[in-house]
Amino acid sequence: MLTLILYNVTNGLMLGAFYVLMALGLSLILNLSNVINFAHGNFLALGAYMALELTKVVGFWGAFLIAPLLTALFGVAVELLMRFVYRRDPVYSLLLTFGLAFVMQGLMLWWWGPTPQEMHMVPALEAPVSADLFFITWYRVFMVAIVIVTVIGVFAFLRYTRVGLRIRAGTLDLDTVSALGVNVKLLRTFNFTMGCLLAGLSGVLATGAIGINPNMGDDLLMPSFIAIIIGGVGSLTGTLFGGLLIGVTAALTAAVYPAASEVVIFVMLVLVLLIRPRGLMGEEGMLT
Amino acid sequence: MSSATAIAARDEQPLYRRWLPLAVMSLALITAPLWFPRLGGYTALASGVLVFGLAAMGLNLLLGFTGVLSFGHAAYFGLGAYGAGLMLKYVAPSTPLAILVGTLLGGLAGTLFGLLIVRRRGVYFAMCTIAFGQIFYYIAYKWNDFTGGFDGLRGFHREPIGFGALAFDITNDTPFYYFTLLVFAIAVALMGLLLRSPFGRTLRAIRENERRARFLGIPVERHIWLSFSISCFFTALAGTLYALLNNFADPLALHYSQSGYFVIMAVLGGMRSFWGPLLGAAVFWVLKDFLSSALPTEWMAFLGAIFMLSVLFFPRGMLGMLKRRGVE
Amino acid sequence: MSKTPSSRIPRRTILRAGVAAGALQITSPFILTALGETPVKIGMVNPLTGVLSALAQSEVDGAKYAEAEINKKGGILGRPVELLVEDSANDVGTGVQKTRKLIDRDQVDVILGDVNSGIAAAMGQVTNEKKVFHIVPGGHTDTITGTDCHWNVFRVCNDTTMDTSAITPELVKRFGKKWFFITPDYAYGHSLQDGFIKALKKLGGTYDGDYLPINNQDFSATLIKAKGYKPDVLLNNMGGLTQINCMKQIVQFGLQKDMALGGALFEFETVKALQPEAQAGWWVMEWWWDQPKVPEVGKFVADYRAATKKTPSARDWFGYVSMHTVRVAAEKAKSLDGPKLSLTMEDMELPPDVALQAGKVRYRAGDHELMPSVFIGQMHPPKAGPDDVYTIEAAVPGDDAAGPVADTGCKMVHPA
Repeated sequence: MLTLILYNVTNGLMLGAFYVLMALGLSLILNLSNVINFAHGNFLALGAYMALELTKVVGFWGAFLIAPLLTALFGVAVELLMRFVYRRDPVYSLLLTFGLAFVMQGLMLWWWGPTPQEMHMVPALEAPVSADLFFITWYRVFMVAIVIVTVIGVFAFLRYTRVGLRIRAGTLDLDTVSALGVNVKLLRTFNFTMGCLLAGLSGVLATGAIGINPNMGDDLLMPSFIAIIIGGVGSLTGTLFGGLLIGVTAALTAAVYPAASEVVIFVMLVLVLLIRPRGLMGEEGMLT
Repeated sequence: MSSATAIAARDEQPLYRRWLPLAVMSLALITAPLWFPRLGGYTALASGVLVFGLAAMGLNLLLGFTGVLSFGHAAYFGLGAYGAGLMLKYVAPSTPLAILVGTLLGGLAGTLFGLLIVRRRGVYFAMCTIAFGQIFYYIAYKWNDFTGGFDGLRGFHREPIGFGALAFDITNDTPFYYFTLLVFAIAVALMGLLLRSPFGRTLRAIRENERRARFLGIPVERHIWLSFSISCFFTALAGTLYALLNNFADPLALHYSQSGYFVIMAVLGGMRSFWGPLLGAAVFWVLKDFLSSALPTEWMAFLGAIFMLSVLFFPRGMLGMLKRRGVE
Repeated sequence: MSKTPSSRIPRRTILRAGVAAGALQITSPFILTALGETPVKIGMVNPLTGVLSALAQSEVDGAKYAEAEINKKGGILGRPVELLVEDSANDVGTGVQKTRKLIDRDQVDVILGDVNSGIAAAMGQVTNEKKVFHIVPGGHTDTITGTDCHWNVFRVCNDTTMDTSAITPELVKRFGKKWFFITPDYAYGHSLQDGFIKALKKLGGTYDGDYLPINNQDFSATLIKAKGYKPDVLLNNMGGLTQINCMKQIVQFGLQKDMALGGALFEFETVKALQPEAQAGWWVMEWWWDQPKVPEVGKFVADYRAATKKTPSARDWFGYVSMHTVRVAAEKAKSLDGPKLSLTMEDMELPPDVALQAGKVRYRAGDHELMPSVFIGQMHPPKAGPDDVYTIEAAVPGDDAAGPVADTGCKMVHPA
């Protein structure tokens, strides 16, 4: 019994780690630029497709390194369009990313076709860690390791570098940061690109568990969203906890009453909205 | 140009100039089943335009006139649809009752939800509306036994309205179009009255400058909540008509992408104008139908590109641009 | 007041674009009549965008191939055939709207569709209301030829009862009676599992299982449970893309070493997306291209490959059969009138070059379900070529697998 619980909690943490990666990217973009990136799931898919193509040329490890960067580059191009709408009512930036999601999905469908594709993984990674812990494959360990490294990297970056400091300041008061002489345009571009990089990385990591197709990121957008709201809008640590919480809850529910494993995160959302609308770690006044 | 001069300029125009566009539009709508098919349309498409036009105009009460963004209005649209469908399927074969119940269901859900989030603004408010909308989407598609789940709610159809000899059968496309037009006209008249009233003017004041409105002693939160609530009722009404149009209710009617469509329609047509969303709905809906037939696999990219282009280069929407030029 | 460049919309451009779009709409119905006779129009509504797009595209391919073939041989009743394809985008509202469009604006004689069984059922309501002949090539839910059957609706693909009762005896015989199900939680999944359970219980089997969300991505919790249960057979009932993900994870966790894998459908389009280690298990195919004993199949596959550069799957065959069914029925009835076609189709047998399998393949009168053979076999990594991923071990005649009409719940009512 205890082993079963432990198994499922571990499972949940691994699942949560993945949600954290997606949600973190979404959160970064949201906090600084006040933009909900509806195309985030499509960036994930793009990362996966880039990895698919690159594996044929530079092998798995090369693809793993380069695909997220290519996705980030695409993000730079997109952000240039976003500049037109930052100054205006938030509805425009929402619609822009909403339209972008359609465009990206349509293009990926057209270019790669509807048939799902498979990426060839390094065989060593596919095996489980041990016979008892059969559900922990080396791949999942790898994924969690990458997520941990990335999260630490992002937090350290925001904490200890000058650009990171400016981004953090910008999420609180972008006008003052601008008045202090910081190039806000570049800052936003950099931030958006970081978010897309994380989405692309998620995409590459996802190929180990799910097949590659134009719709693969669609079902990951909402959980990321909810992770952000539950954790607290404006707080990256909150997003971190939100993602892990969702992962663990979903996994535990899947062990007990599987059909509800999707709905349970919405139940949590309703609870949070009713009891503590600012989220677990959100601060009152963030992003009002 | 300040709004005072704009109103003055408008009032200076002769009476027929002000009413002419409305008259032309009404004539076009009334005779649609005659000319629309000749242009390559079909009556069900025209009915769809009215349904989505109503939904978008309902949303616009909140978005364009109060200045508050909801990206989750499909929830109320869908609740209206399911409410009507469930009534017809399980309770009574009465179309008016179905419409009433559906509208109440969506409207009340919106009213209650509005209470929860009325203090939030901007992007966070929008996020909450999206999340809330998705809750209903999941309920609709999980509750297999009641709502038909993923496959949707089937097994109901439009019932004739009236009694015995006076029954008006709306089963066929053309009678249904006129029924929809009637409901649309009544709803829109109500909306117009609402917006001309002091309440409506207060909403505009809040949109222009919320802080100033607050200093003037206006209970801003209450007005926003009311505006939210009323817009949900209108959108839910549109939802009931949607269920009747298809004789079907499905979970995708509740999805945030549907909400996105409503917002696009309002923005495309012109958020700041009353009829804008209807025009936006007409263009969007017809365009989507045309594109998806012409390019069955690639239409999404083109449609998305059109959204993006209109957002980038035509933010005021079609009527918004025409209005500016007219007044100048 | 300055006019910023972005607000100077060249109104002329908009007007021109609008006129062009309008002109296209007006002229399109007229273009074809200029070629001569009024064609027989068949409208197909399928989810060409969305998660079912791969399957939908194959059905369209098969139908288009048939259209060309039919036209080369003189059309239907001496008139050319025209296939109009619309995207339902996996959304009922759109599917219903497009069906109305095809019927009202384009005046089609026959409607085909949809892969998504919910949409197929909704379309059936519309086609029934408008008395238009409707063939469902690949929507699997039982109610279409069961409790929701209509006189104008016919179906090509099997229902879940056929598939489950065909494969269950084979799986029990080879592997054992203790089963574990992984099933999606919606109408199709439920009817699939119910079908399996009914057939399994008849053979004295026991089972456990999990209902999962339709688009479930992570199967670890369920697989942990499955491993603990130690079944003889693990059944992957998930659909489409989720079926791939499930197989992937099953194989990654090494479960195939402890238990046999199996299930009902596994579509050819999705089989090819699996990595070789995951291409395993016993599955049903509703049609398969490699039938060495049937000569018509070899010719068909060769011609199809030459024309489309791909090997046909069951979905291609569904589209192909649907189109040819209209031709055969129309020629037999000498009319395209809905009720006449419908009566002719009942118990109508398909000719061998359309049926493309051994045995008599006909549309059963009681429920309008096509009765082909249900193929049972084993999936394996490619042997003789990249498409050789499945070997037929047995073929159960459709009638045997389907059970009596009374059990389907269909009460067919013909128009007066």
